[in-house]
Amino acid sequence: MVGEYADVVLVDGATMVFNAAKPNRVDALVDVDLRVAPGDFVSLIGPSGCGKSTLLRLIAHLLEPTAGTLSVNGKSPDRARREGDYGMVFQQPGLFEWRSVRKNVELPLEIDGWARARRAERAVEMLELVHLDEFADHMPWELSGGMQQRVAIARALAVQPALLLMDEPFGALDEMTREHMQAELLRICAAEGTTVVFVTHSIPEAVYLSTRVVVMSARPGRITDEIAVGLGGDRNEDTREDDEFFKRITEVREALRADRDGADVRRVSGVEDR
Amino acid sequence: MTNRVASTLGVLWPPVLFGVLFLGAWEFIVWFWGIEQFLLPAPSAIWSALAEEIGAVWEATYVTGANALVGLLLGVALGVAMSFVMMRFRIFNDLATPLAVALNAIPIIVIVPVLNNMFSISTEVPRRLMVMLIVFFIVLVNVSKGLRQVQPLHVELMRSYAASPWTVMVKTRIPNAVPFLFTAVKIAAPAAVVTAFVAEYFGGRQNGIGYGITSSAATSNNDVTWAYVAGACALGVTFFTISVGLEKTTVRQAGPRRPGGATT
Repeated sequence: MVGEYADVVLVDGATMVFNAAKPNRVDALVDVDLRVAPGDFVSLIGPSGCGKSTLLRLIAHLLEPTAGTLSVNGKSPDRARREGDYGMVFQQPGLFEWRSVRKNVELPLEIDGWARARRAERAVEMLELVHLDEFADHMPWELSGGMQQRVAIARALAVQPALLLMDEPFGALDEMTREHMQAELLRICAAEGTTVVFVTHSIPEAVYLSTRVVVMSARPGRITDEIAVGLGGDRNEDTREDDEFFKRITEVREALRADRDGADVRRVSGVEDR
Repeated sequence: MTNRVASTLGVLWPPVLFGVLFLGAWEFIVWFWGIEQFLLPAPSAIWSALAEEIGAVWEATYVTGANALVGLLLGVALGVAMSFVMMRFRIFNDLATPLAVALNAIPIIVIVPVLNNMFSISTEVPRRLMVMLIVFFIVLVNVSKGLRQVQPLHVELMRSYAASPWTVMVKTRIPNAVPFLFTAVKIAAPAAVVTAFVAEYFGGRQNGIGYGITSSAATSNNDVTWAYVAGACALGVTFFTISVGLEKTTVRQAGPRRPGGATT
């Protein structure tokens, strides 16, 4: 399959305008190009309103672009969505509070029409992956925020998607839990061979996780820089104290700052992208 | 299990103690000031009237209770059905929502005499219809809110799964609406009882608690009036307890954090 297409995600000249004909027109994205190769971990980073969540939603086909083309796994985003090619994780876990942890993980499998026994088996596997198998029969409200987010990740991975789309998944977590979750995510992606597009506000998070960091700027939202990070496959807690780590952080920070200093006088739009 | 019993008793004893003290004070005041029976009978007098008239009170309670129950069940069924129709066809929602709000603001029970004329007054039909109407709007407002107010995140998630509208309904909207339904029933059950016996004040068959209360009060037979009131209280508490019990079963399943916002 991989031979048929080189890129998991291909974005070509994507433009997204909200309220085009109205006074509160927002140019959320203008002429954005992005390629994500298999096994890549690409972070989208930038200030609020730079369109990084919009870009993620275009890839997920939760939004249709105003102009430009996208493809996911060599298909239209619409077809990729229908065929369950990606899993998505949001800032909030979004678990269904009337379903047990196991049943939450089973949800996408149910919709895909899996048989009950296979479903249960896969759900337990996925919960083992996020170290929550003991909590399979708990209800979501019995779990902490970090645990709930791990369930959401297990749910997104249940259909074994080639692509994982994550919209500030650790944004609501405390720093300790956050670092732990980052390490867990890297371990899981390595184990499953998942390609990831990851939206974040945090520079250290982007640098720690990514093979590439894509720097974006606001109003209009566009890509201003791309930094290859490549801290290697054997990242661990020591990596966070590495000189190389700090060097990359500085690099990303300067890219963000250069963009801000060079920016045109900003138009006031007052619109943040979630 | 014993823990549950102990905690239930722990919750129960203060109101029980209060009730006993209240009845004791009532008895004492009537005795101490020598209050006349036709003004306020003592609890002991009401008790003996209830013991004497228990057959009649029980029959009247049964009649009124059956009206309340039939009306409640019909109202819930109709309210749930209409909520789905409103969910499916937006136009019905736009039509029915202001109507439901308006009907909540007027004392709709005054139309009982009209119903009595439309349907024979020699049957229980007008009373049951009245109860059904009251319950219908309570259920409609709450359940349609439950079907609509799903978390935007859940909607986006279902879209990312390419779930059909039917799947979204079955897996997201209906489970979301279940606690709203039980909240509606909790509000509607006592309302059904009140409606059932107030409807009897407007004429019709002379067999329920409402009639028992008016006819005995008319002859200043106050002990018996209060015996019927006791029957009405028992009925209201029974309906409320059952509906709260039903609600508890869903709360236990879904956890303590439930969507609020029930309206009558």
